[in-house]
Parts: sequence; structure tokens; C-alpha cells
Amino acid sequence: MQKNFLLIFMVGLFTLVGCGDGGSGTDDSGKIIKIGHVAPLTGPISHLGKDNERGAQLAIDEANAAGITIGGEKVEFRLLSEDDEANPQKGTVVAQKLVDSGVAGVIGHLNSGTTIPASKIYHDAGLAQISPSATAIMYTHQGYKTAFRVMANDEQQGKVLGDYAVKTIGAKKIAVIDDRSAYGKGLADEFEKAAKSAGGEIVTREFTDTTKTDFTAILTKIKGLNPDVIFYGGMDAQAGPMMKQVKNLGITATYLSGDGIQSKQFLVLAGEEGEGAYASSPGLPLEKMDGGKSFQEKFLQTYHEDIQIYAPFTYDATSILIDAMVRADSTNPESYLPLLSQTDYQGVTGQIRFDENGDLRGGSISLYRVKNGAWEYIETVGGE
Amino acid sequence: MDIFFQQVINGLVLGSVYALVALGYTMVYGILGLINFAHGEVVMVGAMVALATVAYLFGYFPEMNPIVMVLIAATTSVISCMVLSYFIERLAYRPLRKAPRLAPLITAIGISILLQNLAMIIWGRQYKTVPKIFSFETREFLGANITDLQIFIIVLSAILMTLLLLIVNYSKLGRAMRATSESQRIAGLLGVNINKIISFTFVIGAGLGAVAGILVAANYSVAHYSMGFMLGLKAFTAAVLGGIGNLGGAVLGGLLLGLIESIGAGYIGDITGGFLGSHYQDVFAFLVLIIVLVFRPTGIMGERISERA
Repeated sequence: MQKNFLLIFMVGLFTLVGCGDGGSGTDDSGKIIKIGHVAPLTGPISHLGKDNERGAQLAIDEANAAGITIGGEKVEFRLLSEDDEANPQKGTVVAQKLVDSGVAGVIGHLNSGTTIPASKIYHDAGLAQISPSATAIMYTHQGYKTAFRVMANDEQQGKVLGDYAVKTIGAKKIAVIDDRSAYGKGLADEFEKAAKSAGGEIVTREFTDTTKTDFTAILTKIKGLNPDVIFYGGMDAQAGPMMKQVKNLGITATYLSGDGIQSKQFLVLAGEEGEGAYASSPGLPLEKMDGGKSFQEKFLQTYHEDIQIYAPFTYDATSILIDAMVRADSTNPESYLPLLSQTDYQGVTGQIRFDENGDLRGGSISLYRVKNGAWEYIETVGGE
Repeated sequence: MDIFFQQVINGLVLGSVYALVALGYTMVYGILGLINFAHGEVVMVGAMVALATVAYLFGYFPEMNPIVMVLIAATTSVISCMVLSYFIERLAYRPLRKAPRLAPLITAIGISILLQNLAMIIWGRQYKTVPKIFSFETREFLGANITDLQIFIIVLSAILMTLLLLIVNYSKLGRAMRATSESQRIAGLLGVNINKIISFTFVIGAGLGAVAGILVAANYSVAHYSMGFMLGLKAFTAAVLGGIGNLGGAVLGGLLLGLIESIGAGYIGDITGGFLGSHYQDVFAFLVLIIVLVFRPTGIMGERISERA
């Protein structure tokens, strides 16, 4: 008897849960427009994924509060957030799921490795995709008119970093490590190219992956080669512990990396040993962004946790998607896509305009260094 | 030469932790023939509980002696993991003891996913870091750098492993464990309380796992709800390499795996003239595993067991 009751209870529960996301169509608050969002919400970089989701949710909440009318009907936007676990395979599965559930556009994914395979699915479905943080060059260079990003790509970032390492830090011998992800490898490749052409010598290229916390073996090898700079293409989850091991092994080389480590989490993870590390990040620093300060306040008020890295970018990506829909007066991708590519929008992160590939026009790269346990802004290269 | 020696030390530190975790896998396998895939997650819980306790003590009693603080945290963590593991066995595995072998294996994977997600809900997605309560000296030793903490890891692991081997081989309880692993039915007929012995096995494995979790968290000064999965997989590999079911084998397998990984990653590029890079670190480790299994299917120290006695 008790078992039967439990069974009925469970079936009831599942039915209830099942109803949860079935609610499309019209209700009191207007026509519901679904916008997809994809980022890793579980796994080693889920803190960044959640940060992205919050940025998008904030933009959606504001649009709803503003009471937008599209096609003569009052609309309510709803964020369908999916978890791709930073796994390319899972990325395509959830992309298809979003397409099937009839989203009007997609914000995401976070990693280049998941964004690129998913972009084909969105392209085939004719849906707009705006990635806030996928910086690999290939993403927008596949000839898809549906793929956009609101951040400078790795070609620009790698070049700035390579020049900086050789010309400003004065490195002659450079060791490069990457995490074998599309982002880490792409950025490291571009860095290597730029550093070589600036006159630096790459003494070794080492590899790790996105699940590791022990890097002593490759660092010991690097120590033997005695480089001036160690460049890492990857994320904060690895860079933090790696930084500690760099110091523990007595390596004195300068540590340099890209936007993947320019987070609050890196400072926490690396602790005192993070002191002196350099990192770049596309766009301006938050405090130099036009709406940066007020965005940060809004974010803190809503979520009681600080921004990691990309939340302002997902916020802008979501806003320009909604903006394009409003200008087209339609949520049909066929109608709003041409207008999206002509976007000229003053966002939190700066003026957003796309080039013919869907890349951000005039994207700038900022450089930072850890000083007294905080990222200190050095300079911004490029931009308008 | 000092670089090589540094790689050996790196490998020993890594290997000691693998060995501690591997003991948990191999003990359970030896007695139940079950691969307890949730063990990696128990290790993670150990690290998380210890960090949460230290953070709590550090927040409320900042003047407390750091050694006392760490001891309290370690005890809390070991006890929590033991209780957790006891209930996992009681609720998830015991009802399935007579079921086909695949059923408890799938349950183990389920428990592993459940624990990961519970930990994510309780502790969040952020990385937890160890508050700096100790500062460890870095020592120069034959041209290689080793921190006091790393020496502590190697020594503590060695002590715990020796203790376990002594318990299993020379105590009455150990004799009951060995009897149970040979035949549950016969041991039961001879007056061994099978359920108690199996629970004990799980609890001891979890205690060692908790210590391993704390050591990993302290060494890399970071813990995360997803940390147990890969560590568990590596430790399981180490257990198989050494001969699953054999305690000495788990220790040997763990140390070997650690050494192979670090020396492999350090030298594979030079040996192959840059053809293979350090991303073949894991491939190299698994290659050794395959070679060992081809020549010794039961692992390095595994005993030959005929299908029907």
C-alpha cells in the first residue's frame, strides 16, 4: 500500500514537472517569446556558466519590465537555459533541443568548443546565435549568416598578448601551455604566431586538459628550459592551481594568459601566488565601460554575488537580440536577422556593431596584472 | 638530473594520493566484487566537509591554534565520510547484494551522480579554496623543490597504508575480512557477521578516502564538487594496474601510476623527438595499464582466481 502511494506520488510529481516548460502560447502577461541560453551549468567552469546565465536573465527581466510590444502584441520574454557541460557533444544535443522547443534566438554558448559545432544546428534552423564569450576565430568564419559574437576574437587577442610578451615584458624565451580546448588551443596558436613574428622564441609547447589540477610534470619540464614567460591558453579553474605550482617549483618566469583567467575566481584560486600574473580580456574593464558601474550594482543587488567575467557580455548579447526583434517588429528570425547584422547599439560593454562575418567591429583588448590580490588595469589596445 | 628527480617527487606525491583512494576501491572489490564508483565522490565530500569546517572555525575562532583547527576539520570530515559511506552501502548496495552484478554497478554510478549534484547544491559551483592557516616551507632536496606539505602527504599516506595492511593481515577483524572475501557464505556459517564486516570495509575505505580528499585539497588548495570524478577514475585505474582486490597492489599501482604520469609527461616529448607531446600523458598511463593487463590479466600483484573453486 505504502509502495503504491509512493508510486502515485512520484508519477504525480513527474507530471507536474513535465508541465513546467510546456507553457508556450498566450497567457495574461502577453505572448511568450522563448530565448535560448547555453553555457556549462555543471562541471569545472560552471561558475562562469551561471554568471553568463545571470547576465542574460537580467536583460530579459528588464525587457519584460519595460513592457515590449512586437507585432501589435504585448510580449513576455522567457529564458530557456540549457547546460552543455562544456562538452561539444552535449552542446549539439541541447542546441537541437532548443531549436525543437521553438526558441526565437540563442545566446551562447560559453566555450568556443561547444559554440562551433552548435552553430551549424542554429544555422540550419535559421536561428540567430550570439555568443558572449566564444573567441575562437572559426566560429564566425564558417560562412554562417546566423553566427555573431559581442567580443573580440582570438586573432586580435593573441596578437596583443604576443606583442606584449615580447615587446613590453621583454621575453626572449617563451613556454606555451594550452588545455586542448578549441579556445585554449586557438588562443595559444595565435599567441605563438604573434610572439614569433615579434622576435620571441617558443622553447616548448606543453598540454594539459580541462579536468586536471596537477601540472607539476609539465611545469618541471618547463623549469628545465628556463623561459622568461609562461603563456597559458585556458580557463581559471586550471590557471589558479597551476600558478601555485609555478611558485612552489621555484619558477621565476612571468605568467601570462587570456580572458579565461581574468576572473575573480582566479584571484581566489591562485591566492598570494597569483601576484604578478598578467591576463588580457576583450573589451574595456568594467569600471571603464559606459554602463559598467550601474550594471555591477544591479547585478549585485539581484544575485548577491559579484560578476565573474562574461555577464556584461551576455547581458548585451541578449539586449541586442531583443533590440533587433523590436526594430523588425517580429520575432521571426527571417525578419530580424538582417536587422541584427546592422546592429548599432550602445551596450554596457561599449558600442556594438558587427562586420560582415558577425565579428565585433573594432573590438578592443585590455591588459591586466594581479597586484595586491586584485586585477589592476594596465592599458587597452585597439578599439575605436 | 635534478629535473628528473623533481619529476620523481611529483610522481610520488601524486601517486600517494592515488594509492590512498585506490585502497577504497580495492577493499570493496575484494570483498563484494563490486566496483564502488561512488568512492571518488566520497573523497570529494571529504575535501568539501574539511574545507567548510576550516572556513567555519577560521571565521568564528580566528585565534585557534591552526593544528587544532586542522585536526577538528579532519576528524569531522573523516567521520562524515564514514557515516555517508555506511548509509550508501546500507541503502544502495545491501538490498542488491543478491542481484545480478550489473545492478549494483549502475546503482554506484547513480550514487556518484547524486552525490555530485548534492554537493553542487550544498556548496555551490564556486571553487572552494583553503584559507591560508599554515605557511609551508619549500625545501631544496637534491636539486628538487619539495614543500613540507608534500613530505607530509607522502609520510601520512605511507603510515595509513601500513596501518591498514597490519589490520587486514594480523587482526581478528582482518581475518574475518579475508574470510568474507573468500566466501561470504562459508564465513557466515563459521560465525562471521557478514553485514558488519562489509559495513566496516566501506567505512574504512571512506575514512582513507576522506584523508586523501583533504590532502588533495590542501596540496592544490582548491576543492570543487566535480573533483572526485577524475580522481576516482585514476585511482580505479591504479587499483586495476596493481591487481584489484589486492591491498599491496593498490598501493603499488597508485605509486606506479603517479610516477608514470609525471615522468611520461616530462619526457615523452623528448623521447619521441617532439612527435608526441605532454597531452599524451594519460594515453601513456593507460598504455602501460594495457600492456600490464595483456601479460598479467589480474594486474601486477593480482592472484589467479579460477572461475569455479
